Amino acid sequence: MLTPHSAPWSRDESLGTHLERRGISRRDFLEFCGQMAAILGVSSLAVPRIAEAMETLRRPSVIWLQLQECTGCVESVIRTSEPTIGDLVLDVLSLDYQHTLMAAAGTAAEKALADARTANAGKYLLVVTGSVPLNANGVYTMIGGKTARSVLEETAKGAAAVIALGACAHWGSVQASKPNPTGAVGVSEIIRDKPVVNIAGCPPIADVVTATLVHYLTFGRLPALDADGRPRFAYQNRIHDQCPKRAHYDAGQFVRAFDDDGARKGYCLYEVGCKGPETFSPCPIFLWNSRTSWPIGAGHPCIGCTERNFWDTMTPFYHRLPDVAGIGVEHTADILGASLALGALAGVGAHAAATGVHQIRSRRAAARQAASAGAPPPPSSVAPAATPAEEEHHPAHTGED
Amino acid sequence: MATTKIVVDPITRIEGHLRIEAQTENGKISKAWASATQFRGIEMVLQGRDPRDAWAFAQRICGVCTVVHAVASCRAVEDALDIHIPANANSIRNLVLGMQFVQDHVIHFYHLHALDWVDVVSALSADPTKAAQIAASISPWPNNSATHFKEVQDRVKKFVGSGQLGIFTNGYWGHPAYKLPPEVNLIAVAHYLEALDWQRDVIRLHTIFGGKNPHPNFLVGGMASAINLDEDATINSARLADIQGMITRAQRFVEQVYWPDLVAIAGYYKDWAAVGGGVGNYLAVGEFPETDIRDLNSLYLPRGVVMNKDLTKVLPYDHNGVTEYVNSSWYDYEKEDTGLHPYQGETKPHYTGPEAPWTYLQDQTKYTWMKAPRYNGHPMEVGPLARVLVAYASGHKEVRAMATDTLKALNAPPAALFSTLGRTAARGIETVLIARRLSTWYDTLVNRIKAGDVATFAPAKWEPSTWPAKSRGYGALDAPRGALGHWVEIDNGKIARYQCVVPTTWNASPRDPEGKVGPYEAALTDNHPLANPDQPLEILRTIHSFDPCIACGVHVLDATGEEVAEVKVQ
Repeated sequence: MLTPHSAPWSRDESLGTHLERRGISRRDFLEFCGQMAAILGVSSLAVPRIAEAMETLRRPSVIWLQLQECTGCVESVIRTSEPTIGDLVLDVLSLDYQHTLMAAAGTAAEKALADARTANAGKYLLVVTGSVPLNANGVYTMIGGKTARSVLEETAKGAAAVIALGACAHWGSVQASKPNPTGAVGVSEIIRDKPVVNIAGCPPIADVVTATLVHYLTFGRLPALDADGRPRFAYQNRIHDQCPKRAHYDAGQFVRAFDDDGARKGYCLYEVGCKGPETFSPCPIFLWNSRTSWPIGAGHPCIGCTERNFWDTMTPFYHRLPDVAGIGVEHTADILGASLALGALAGVGAHAAATGVHQIRSRRAAARQAASAGAPPPPSSVAPAATPAEEEHHPAHTGED
Repeated sequence: MATTKIVVDPITRIEGHLRIEAQTENGKISKAWASATQFRGIEMVLQGRDPRDAWAFAQRICGVCTVVHAVASCRAVEDALDIHIPANANSIRNLVLGMQFVQDHVIHFYHLHALDWVDVVSALSADPTKAAQIAASISPWPNNSATHFKEVQDRVKKFVGSGQLGIFTNGYWGHPAYKLPPEVNLIAVAHYLEALDWQRDVIRLHTIFGGKNPHPNFLVGGMASAINLDEDATINSARLADIQGMITRAQRFVEQVYWPDLVAIAGYYKDWAAVGGGVGNYLAVGEFPETDIRDLNSLYLPRGVVMNKDLTKVLPYDHNGVTEYVNSSWYDYEKEDTGLHPYQGETKPHYTGPEAPWTYLQDQTKYTWMKAPRYNGHPMEVGPLARVLVAYASGHKEVRAMATDTLKALNAPPAALFSTLGRTAARGIETVLIARRLSTWYDTLVNRIKAGDVATFAPAKWEPSTWPAKSRGYGALDAPRGALGHWVEIDNGKIARYQCVVPTTWNASPRDPEGKVGPYEAALTDNHPLANPDQPLEILRTIHSFDPCIACGVHVLDATGEEVAEVKVQ
């Protein structure tokens, strides 16, 4: 007889059709449902209902790989409120492989992965948290005796789509920061033949992750993405343009030092290093943890964690960004990203501003160069402050706006 | 004698990538190797950075115990720069860290550890009415009704009936080592689901003070969340009321659900009080200072060392006794077999293991990314059991009362604590006490605000111009998983050296130059059964009793099928 492994059940067919294909008659199937009723301790009157439910119901398979990471993204998703993690796991998805929650370990766990890949080939959604270390032939993250890279490549083959969840899967995050000792890269550096959605953030907000999953499951396609592969519904706006403290910024009301009078009045955190003006993130709209608060709302400057290379480009965290007044809400991540790449950051004042922009841009360039070369960037971790001469050479102000 | 070689990789329901290898003889484990199979190099990334940024980098070591590295880092930098944080900031850090303990320990019990003891499939044949009667006999928790248990059971039946078992696929259901009656299994499954909802609520305390969870924000010199009762964007009465509500709900769940479940389940597994003891040396750096971490006498859970299971003596802890070895780890030291104090510590990864894919690591001299920390040359267990034993031996009134009551309820002698079951019970004991203590820290904060003190940040030494040219500092913190240390050296305003010795580094330590094994390895060979190498349920019980966090410190291996087949006759 054909087994579930040799003749996998695809999402396109009902259980009834599938069993027929495997040579199991309707009568055998109803008998099985009767046995199931007995196992479940329900009345035999429920058999037709069980049969009906089993013939039509099939939760979409999700395989979740955890590579080089801290598990913070998993913890974040566990905090999701709509739907809850219990609803997701029991009612919405079939979470067939997920290290943090799954009962099986070792061989049994690896079999669950292999079975899920076979049974749902071409159909399953692959969620990845963590980066892929490439140095030393990948031995910096090993799972079941295999490199993270080989597990990812093997599992991505049969995936319908890939969700790179969190900064590590997006671009490598903290371990990919200078000097990137393990040669960590994001998922889209490895998987180039499938759609990869980057859910940015260290970690991302749980509700953004679940909204992306629900979007995929409900509409049968991935949400629209920006140039960095981030879902537009969440990442199209700059924090600065959505920030409830924006009025304080416009009025020149700033926190000058933590816990000063301005801090106790809830003023703008720009002067103590807020990266909201350079960061595209849903934080001020979605808020965190059942919409309780968010980083700026709790008095700490944004550290820019939804942006690539933020550990190098947004640090030192408590240094103030250049003045970026004048970029309106109509500027999406794509437009601003392009303008940044052209060195045309709008409305930048010419003085201290140029230093910051130059530092950020030169560090970005170094990080990009390193990433594209697949080699760790030079060992100096923090770019030195630009000299006045460097500032002069840099056309930071184009006056576009 | 027939020796079976076992590989368990991945160990699931932990943080990170852990591989356990073992050898068994006649159903008992004779040798074990713990391998951490992930390295990220965050200590190297920290070099050259602004020390005020370090907490955020260090925090990303772990997203499960998501506040501990951040606070340890702040403490190390504050020690180096002689920064004294305001008492309010200390209270807020206690609340944030305390809630982390409570939430993390409950998640560990239900979502990481319970499935080692609870057979989900057996819950399907439970009688919900009988389950409600059992639950009512141990707890007043209002959701323990027959109706609710029936609803949960129906939900799980539907789930199992779908044929798609999801996270429960290939569990060791029906394994003879599962001992709970169906009704107790059903109670545990119901609370597994309730705990998922509960943890999402109570952790919002982090969001109020730190803006988000995981990875809330911290600040060298205090906390960034300013207090002003008359503003809407600061810590005000509405925020405080929300916090008080969370504390109440945290306490109620711990006292009425987690703790009664733990005691009830433990009652069916008393034989595990004689399994998995291990090295018998326990180290606690202590936690929860009244006003300042420098005042060690004010720690709610005391600092100290217990050696050789001797509860009549508590030795003082001095961080100068800490050294790390790399003779079994994939790192280079200039002098291979010496131990280095973290102030001299080096992190030079150098992989010398076999090419991937691996078959075995147990025949390798070096077999892990974990270094081997030793205290005065001894392997030490850290974590809830170490804290409870140090507190017990120090005469801590509340710990003694809880421990004594628990042992009485289980009809067990104090020696029963030195075990897999003791580790799991100790975690529950401290959760109950820390949950209660949240109210004290909350009241302290509110009373200080009432008295007009709203300071949350010490500004004097914020600017690097106020710092000495060279300085170094030590940040100690007792985290949910055990004693944590961060050591930082600051040179001209930049980090010159950063080293962490992490709870899981202690517990998942490999062999040292004298061949002394680490706590996991010792526990797995301490009267430890393994009935069926293909179903390493017993290994999971003991490893999970430590609550591993590999990104923080270690990696364990799991008995994988093909490898298990190899049997050597010696």
